[in-house]
Parts: sequence; C-alpha cells; structure tokens
Amino acid sequence: MTDMTASHAALEPSRSDKFRQRTVPLILFAVVLLVIPLFNPSRSMVTLLNHMGITIVFALSYNMLLGRAGLLSFGHAVYMGLGGYFAVHVMNWIAEGTGIWGSVPMFSMPAFGFGAGALAGAVIGWPSCRRAGTPFAMISLGVAELVAAAGFMFDSLFGGEMGISGDRMNGPELFGLSLGPVDEVYWFIAFWTFIGVLGTYAFTRTPLGKLSEATRDNPERVEFVGYSPQRVRYLVFIFAGAFAGMAGGMSAVQDEIFTPENLSLIPSGAILIATYVGGIRYFTGPIMGAIVMTYMGSNLSDYTAGWLLYLGLMFVCVVMFLPDGIAGIVYGTADTIRQGRAGEMWRTWMLRLMGLALVGAAIITIVEVAFRWSDGYGEVFEPFGLQLTVENPLTWVIGILSLVLGILALRRAAKGGGK
Amino acid sequence: MTLALELKDLRKSFGPAKIIQGVNLQIEKGERHAIIGPNGAGKSTLFNLISGRFFPSSGEVKLNGEVISGKRPFEINRMGLSRSFQVSNIFTNMTVRENVRCGVLYSMGYGMSFWRNIGNLKEVSQKTAQILDEVGLLDKANLPAASLPYADQRTLEIAITIAGGAEVILLDEPTAGMSHSETDRAVALIEKASQGKTLLIVEHDMGVVFGMADRISVLVYGEIIATGTPEEIRGDAKVREAYLGEDAQALEGVA
Repeated sequence: MTDMTASHAALEPSRSDKFRQRTVPLILFAVVLLVIPLFNPSRSMVTLLNHMGITIVFALSYNMLLGRAGLLSFGHAVYMGLGGYFAVHVMNWIAEGTGIWGSVPMFSMPAFGFGAGALAGAVIGWPSCRRAGTPFAMISLGVAELVAAAGFMFDSLFGGEMGISGDRMNGPELFGLSLGPVDEVYWFIAFWTFIGVLGTYAFTRTPLGKLSEATRDNPERVEFVGYSPQRVRYLVFIFAGAFAGMAGGMSAVQDEIFTPENLSLIPSGAILIATYVGGIRYFTGPIMGAIVMTYMGSNLSDYTAGWLLYLGLMFVCVVMFLPDGIAGIVYGTADTIRQGRAGEMWRTWMLRLMGLALVGAAIITIVEVAFRWSDGYGEVFEPFGLQLTVENPLTWVIGILSLVLGILALRRAAKGGGK
Repeated sequence: MTLALELKDLRKSFGPAKIIQGVNLQIEKGERHAIIGPNGAGKSTLFNLISGRFFPSSGEVKLNGEVISGKRPFEINRMGLSRSFQVSNIFTNMTVRENVRCGVLYSMGYGMSFWRNIGNLKEVSQKTAQILDEVGLLDKANLPAASLPYADQRTLEIAITIAGGAEVILLDEPTAGMSHSETDRAVALIEKASQGKTLLIVEHDMGVVFGMADRISVLVYGEIIATGTPEEIRGDAKVREAYLGEDAQALEGVA
C-alpha cells in the first residue's frame, strides 16, 4: 500500500503555492483599491473608477456563464437591470422611511440587488436552462427583448422612458459614509467590488463551480457521474444573475437612476464584448476587459464619433486572432519572461507592435477621413498638422501603404519572424 | 442469489429499425459478464438502454430489483450503476486529478454544494488520490487530460467510471485500440477495480473476454443467441455460425 496521505499531499498545490496564487492577488487587489484615493483623483476620474468597479462585478458574473459554464447569453443586462431597479425602489422606500425601511442603510443596496438578481435568475432560468448551446442563446435574446419591452410598458414599476430615480443620501449611515460626495461613493463601490471579486472567485472553488466547468466540457459525461447538467446550469445561472444584480445595486447608488435602456440588448452586448475582450478563459480576464472597455467607452467617445466602430473592429479582431483576450496576452507575455525567453522574443514583439501601430494608423486615417467626407461639412482630419482630405494623395499613402506594411509585419511576427 | 441487473424483454427501435429485439438477461451480484457479438449487433445500444442514455421502446431494466428503465442517467448513476464509453468521454479542459474528482464528488455527498471550498474536502482529495494510485495515473495527476496519450485517456475513462464507487460497472470496449502490453495492463486494472463488484463488459478482444468473464452472452441482430460459461459458449454451434471468418478463428485461437 502506498502512503496515501503523502501522495495526496503531493497532488494538491502546497500551502505556500495556494497563498501565492490565490491569496496574494486578492490582497494586492485590496491594496490597489485602498491606495487609489491617495492620488487624489478628480471627480470625473472617481466616477469613471466607480463605473469600472460596477462593470468588473457585472463582467465577472457574466463570465460565470460564458467562460465557466459555456453558456452564451445575449441578455445578461436583464439581471443587472432588475437588481438595479429593485435597489432604486428600495432607495425610495428608504427615503419615505416607513416601517423597517427607515433603518436600512443605503450601503446595503448591492445585497438587495443580489437577492433580486437571484430571484430573476431563478424565475427566468427555469425554462431557459433546459437547453445549452444555441437554444439557450436564442432564449436569452428573446427574454432580453421581452423584459426590455415590459420595461417600457409598465410605468409604475420601471418608470417608462424616463426610468426611476432615487436619492442615495437617505437612511442610516454605515462606516461614517454619507454617500453624498462621489469620493465617498468610491469606498462603497470599492467595498462591493472586492466582495464581488471574492464571491465570484470563491464560487469557482466550490463543487458546483467545478461541476459547471465539467458541464461546459462534457455535459453528457456529467450525467454519468451523478449530476443533472440542467440542474448544474440552473444553479450557476441563479448565481450569475445574483452577482449581476449586485452590480445593479452598486450602479443604483452610483448613478441614482435606472431606465428600461439598462435592461436592453445594448448593455447585454457591451458586457459580452468586455468579457470576451478581457479573456473568458481566465478568472481575471473579465476584470481586465471591464477596466479597458469602461475606460474606452468614457474617453474614446470624447475624441471621435467613430469610437463604436473602432470597438467593433477590435472585438472582431480579438475573436479572430486573440481568442484568449487581454488576459491571454498578459499571462502569455509573463510566462515568456519567466521562462527567460524574453531575449529571443523581443524582436517578434517589436515587429508585432510596429505592425499594430501601422494597421491602427491606416484604419484610423481611413475611418476619420471617410466620415468627415460623408458628413459633407467640409471638416478636415488634421492629425499632427497634416491636412488629410479625400483629394490629398498622402491620405491614401497612409491609408493603404501602412495598412499593407502593417499586415505584412503582423504576418511575419505570427510566423515567429524577427528572431 | 440476488440479481444485480435484470433485463426483461427489452426492446428498442429507431423508427422502423429494430435494434434490440427482446433481450432477457440476468446478471448476479459479483458476476463478471461479457457481451460479445459482431459489429452492429446492438451491444452499445444495449449499454445505452441500461445506463439510461436511451429509453427502451418496451421491456424493463432492473438494478438490484428496482426498475431503472425510464430514469435519467444521473438518477441511475446515483443508484449505483456507472459506465464507461467506447470513445473516451472525459473532461478535456481539466487536469487528470480534476477529472477523477468530478467522478468522486457526488458519491461523497457533496452534490452541488456551493458553500464549500473543494480544496478543503479532505476525503475527496484522498479518495481521488487513491483512485489515481489504483489506476496508475498518480504521476500524471496534474497534466491536462487532453494531453494524455490514447491509452492513458482510456485508463482515465475507467478511473472516472469507478471513482464513484458504483456496485455495478459497465465497460464499453475498454481495450479498443490498445496495443498488447497496454491491453494486458488494462485487463489487470479492470480485474482489480471490479473486485467484489458486478461487471458488465462489451469487448471485441476474445482473449480478454474468455480470460476474464464468468459468463458470456452473445448478441446477434439485437437478440441474445446464447448465454453461458466460456466453455459453453466456445462449444455452441449457433455462436460458431454467427461468427464467420476471422472472428471464428479468434474463437478457435482461445479455445
């Protein structure tokens, strides 16, 4: 007989490995959350950070479905929206202060969102989790349309087009936060973002979380080890809805308003893109995607009217060429450096960067020139003082030549060239 | 003697095609029973009917005296019947250890709990390590399952099947596509793993069948034409008739 305890201890990651791989990143994340206010970010920056926190929790909840359970949902905003709507209603009950509502702190809104999201997931998931794959995706799309339409129809619940607004400065204070100024809201968002990250991570470590991955890989075999794949999907769906609802509760306090738009396909599509671009195979992928996408959404729109077009192009490129997303690049690069292969790889990286820059410059030039021309107001795209009009040959030199050169460079880099 | 598995006039049709046409079979507790038959005889269909993957058109299947036909595969599995697949059916994106652990979890009573940390479940880890040790995959425990060579994937398939500690084990061509030495190892593993359990096995390798089985049933065109000890089957005229050409020589070879 082999010594069972010894062999079993050797199989599992050691205590120090666990600490390094699981606890340390969480501590670092908490430290980052604590340190950010020391840099005195501007009000608009804090608002952006708050939205990032909300999107992080939302994206993580979405990845419980897409990445972990292999369920492609086109209507995940429904659960964030319903959670958020419920939280706004609770905020208004707190403002009235009748009964027990007078003693409910505003700080607890994400918990109410969590409950409402879980309930919504339990009700809607019951029919939609019977099937995976394409039927599930189609049903999620239908449900999203249905709920958004209902949002415009039932005015007393959803407030019609104007939505329902609340006021976060009511109810008892918790941790001495009045939640009035946006930098106090930051602490509220930071706290709940951390809870969201911790909660969704802990879920991946539970038997149910593991079984959801098994069901994604091979639903048939799951049946033959004693589990109902439908039941596994359904339970995961409820949790995904719950964490989405939690993000809704965070959003209710931050923005103090929910409209039927929040339930529609647009935010559902946005979270799909953010999660996928971040990288669905990694737990941290959706976090990265949420940060990048929220930043782009808020800043890129100031520079160009065509930012949604760039976003779409980027999404298509990630799906085609980088299925592991941002996280894939980050971890891949880190692995290369750790293996000491950075020396042989840096030429390829440079080539790739150059190719990306050339392709990017070409696409930006073509897009910006094209839509100014189509506007017909005679506006001219003037990067670095250049007068890039449709008639200017330089426009087409940049547009076509650098596109070709960039693609050639990227192809060479893909073959491991430049070594 | 109590019966572990009993098939009563079991039938299955796909449209006009009658694949299983009235199978009666009684398998006693602790018996090692092999099912042989030419290609297309319905052996895999029979397994699918017993394990709940297909519902029978008529007839019934009893596990330890309880009717299981009509139940879903996971319900049948929970009642103590586990099966392997002819084509490796593993969780490809997980490590070998995680694969086996998925097979262990339910039987340990951890169902779909979402309030426990899987890393803290000591019995589960120990049982997983014990199974891995038993099948000889301990040194490959942390490799991704998809990266295993074919024979090891077949072994993992068996490991997942026995992980839940089921009393009745169905193995569908466990040695298919294996080399001689790999087959020998697989047979040794199956004999060890099925100790004290009821084993129903579909197998093409006659050497394996006649070496291991207590009793053999011959399935031809959805009907069992003979059931008996290896000696009885070897001498059966109907069986020899069904096995023309190469397979008949295979029967001779082990005679």
